[in-house]
Amino acid sequence: MDERLSAKLRILADAAKYDASCASSGAPRRVAGKTGLGSTTGSGICHAYTPDGRCVSLLKILLTNYCLYDCAYCVNRRSSNTPRARFTVDEVVAITLGFYKRNYIEGLFLSSGIIRSPDHTMEQLMLVARKLRRDSGFMGYIHLKTIPEASPWLIEQAGLWADRLSINLELPTDAALSRLAPEKSATNIKSAMGQTHERIVEAKAERRRFSPAGQSTQVIVGADETTDESVLATSALLYDRYGLSRVYYSAFSPIPEPSALLPLKAPPLQRENRLYQADWLLRHYGFTVDEIAGGGEGGMLDLKADPKLAWALKNRDRFPIDVNTAPRELLLRIPGLGKRAVDRILAARRHGRLRLADIARLTASLKRALPFLVALDHRPKTLDRVDLRDRLIGQPEQLALF
Amino acid sequence: MRGTTIATSGPVEVVLAEGADEEGFRRAVRRLIAAGIPPEQVAWTTDTPSLFGAPLPEAAPPFPLPRQAADLVRLVHCHREPERHALLYRLIWRLRHGEKRLLSNPADPLVHRLQQLAKAVRRDLHKMHAFLRFRRTVAADGAEHFVAWFEPDHFILAATAQFFVDRFRSLRWSILTPEGSLHWDGETLARGPAASRDDAPKTDDFEAGWRGYYEAAFNPARLNMRATKAEMPKKYWRNMPEAQAIPEMIRTAPSRVEAMIEREAQMPAKRDPQKAVAAMARQEPGSLEELNRIIAASEPLVPGATRAVLGEGPVGATWAFVGEQPGDQEDLAGRPFVGPAGQLLDRAMAEAGIDRREVYVTNAVKHFKFVVKGKKRIHSKPTMGEIKHYRWWLGRELDFVAPRVVVALGATAVTALAGRAMPLMANRGPTTFENRKGYITVHPSYLLRVPDPEAKAEAYARFVADLREIRGLAA
Repeated sequence: MDERLSAKLRILADAAKYDASCASSGAPRRVAGKTGLGSTTGSGICHAYTPDGRCVSLLKILLTNYCLYDCAYCVNRRSSNTPRARFTVDEVVAITLGFYKRNYIEGLFLSSGIIRSPDHTMEQLMLVARKLRRDSGFMGYIHLKTIPEASPWLIEQAGLWADRLSINLELPTDAALSRLAPEKSATNIKSAMGQTHERIVEAKAERRRFSPAGQSTQVIVGADETTDESVLATSALLYDRYGLSRVYYSAFSPIPEPSALLPLKAPPLQRENRLYQADWLLRHYGFTVDEIAGGGEGGMLDLKADPKLAWALKNRDRFPIDVNTAPRELLLRIPGLGKRAVDRILAARRHGRLRLADIARLTASLKRALPFLVALDHRPKTLDRVDLRDRLIGQPEQLALF
Repeated sequence: MRGTTIATSGPVEVVLAEGADEEGFRRAVRRLIAAGIPPEQVAWTTDTPSLFGAPLPEAAPPFPLPRQAADLVRLVHCHREPERHALLYRLIWRLRHGEKRLLSNPADPLVHRLQQLAKAVRRDLHKMHAFLRFRRTVAADGAEHFVAWFEPDHFILAATAQFFVDRFRSLRWSILTPEGSLHWDGETLARGPAASRDDAPKTDDFEAGWRGYYEAAFNPARLNMRATKAEMPKKYWRNMPEAQAIPEMIRTAPSRVEAMIEREAQMPAKRDPQKAVAAMARQEPGSLEELNRIIAASEPLVPGATRAVLGEGPVGATWAFVGEQPGDQEDLAGRPFVGPAGQLLDRAMAEAGIDRREVYVTNAVKHFKFVVKGKKRIHSKPTMGEIKHYRWWLGRELDFVAPRVVVALGATAVTALAGRAMPLMANRGPTTFENRKGYITVHPSYLLRVPDPEAKAEAYARFVADLREIRGLAA
């Protein structure tokens, strides 16, 4: 790989890193034939972790960071003075294959600034995917960013090559979008999501290949005043209406070349973490947005306690729950017990009544669960204590004599 | 030798090969189970046999084991834990002695212990799939060879082979470890002896680029080494080229963030590209020719297809006839409605007094969808989803042609024009398709398929009558 290409790669990787999604999961298991290259394992692989704790799974780059749009939160907006670069289709193909053969990556995540027009840009993205698949026999993972302003035929084509398509919502409310991203429109975004969803559902029913790992989106949190509750309400709607595989939350992060429209301070990273936990409760634990929001204050999640614990602390009358008799949906409400642990409890209790020692073998976070559950040899005594919250989320800062 | 005589002469000693010896373990278990030797009386070792241990009973046939148990054996035997064989044999013994459902109890201490061991091996496998790095070398004959050096925690080299074969089948590669090596030549896999780090290449021409990528992907505003170390423990770093950059990345992160925050909003250095921004909106194809170029260059959205068959006829035609999809002959000729059905349509139009020069013909689906049977390419009906893939093109095409009447020939065309499936016969006659004046009738190929001659003539007459009505609609 020559110097010039390396330099471009640095610019175009730096420009793409604010997109939080990295998953290489959800694609059907497949293996290349004798002349092809690559495979997918179903669950995805993280090939490295950068010192921010984020995984490097796909080669996540922009085709170019030249951009005609002027989205305030984005380092690549046209009014920013960030250094610019542009790859050719062949260059992206060569780097992807070169990295893949050395086992650096699972595949490609390709996005782009808007050059010339949304259609032209989207076509270039699609051509990279087509070249990898059709001409190089590449069977690794491909995630293509969809440009919602591009013509619908490009989505029809992109879905043939990509494992996953994603359209970023970017901002949780329509008002924030029109204020901070003047070239984007919520209507365009939702119509592209709708089209993609319809095609994915049809293809699945007809056993054809079209974006088999579904579609995802990203919402930036903390660039405007939207509360966690309304972010989650938006997510619930997206999961419900467009069958999204994932909603990614990206805490607004200070960027080089900031816009004057943005807040100066980043939101606490913990907020992003809590949103992911809440999102999980929404999708896998049978919680509603109202219940999750009820665990916090004023529509914001509790930053100190995870949303399930926060909810439990405010709904103590629903506890304790007996692990030997309660149905699955109640067990899922116990803080500290994940889906796996609950399934193990259900399996184990068919063999006999469970004691604490048994449960300790079934979950890694028994301590958090103890105040909320009943076992054969355990009844919690701390449930009514005023200081239960402090005991569970760690001591308030110790005071020292000075 | 009988189990009873063994019991009196001390524990049975089983000697397995060093590392992962699944075959040896299986053979031993078969013999122990056949001889009825309980776990307390077995000593497992990978050393040379001691003088005092009783030898293993004679060979015995395989016996059934629950699949879950076989999976556990496959993983746990790779673990470095010296007790692994004893634990596995205890499990198998209990499964065979009244505790058939033992594995469905995750709270059982033995099951839990084995699950923990299996989990550690799974993690080790996963980390090897993730963190192994190949370096490319080129032999004198120009052949590429990818070589990796890796140090797994457990004896997983054999267990990991299939993953790398599946992924890099077309490459020639070697994986070197302190316990042994794997060599793939594109066709066969060979086991080789233990290797050392010095046997692997020292560098690779992509490494600088990769390291640069890794550094650029890091957001210094989110430094979080606890998460990084949890997922990518330090012990792996020395064999990962990108990890060499970590200390410097950590060191410079705070000052980079400070610089970002202190830097105030800047005036753009370049002029606002107003013209380009305005031009962005004019992106859709501006003419039928442009649209057709896009269709012709695009990948077929149905299987079988070889090339796009575009619509034909004048822009501004009075009537547009939309069929299902090109057939075998249309695909060969690259033109719509040239086969038997097209000829029938021409004849019927002439009879109905429709001027063929005022007609635009096209298809809902632009490619011939077929399956090959023997030497024949057999037409196969497009699905609802496939029809929808083509809808946007059909809509734009009709916008450019702007006919006075759009005629749907057959059910596929109706679906494409209406956007949903509708029963054909019940809706036969005049209609509107999303604000276009339209008409629904049968596809001429249907007329060719009516078997009874009398019924065929009747169907044809009705079709011609439809066309007369269509002619009238344009007035």
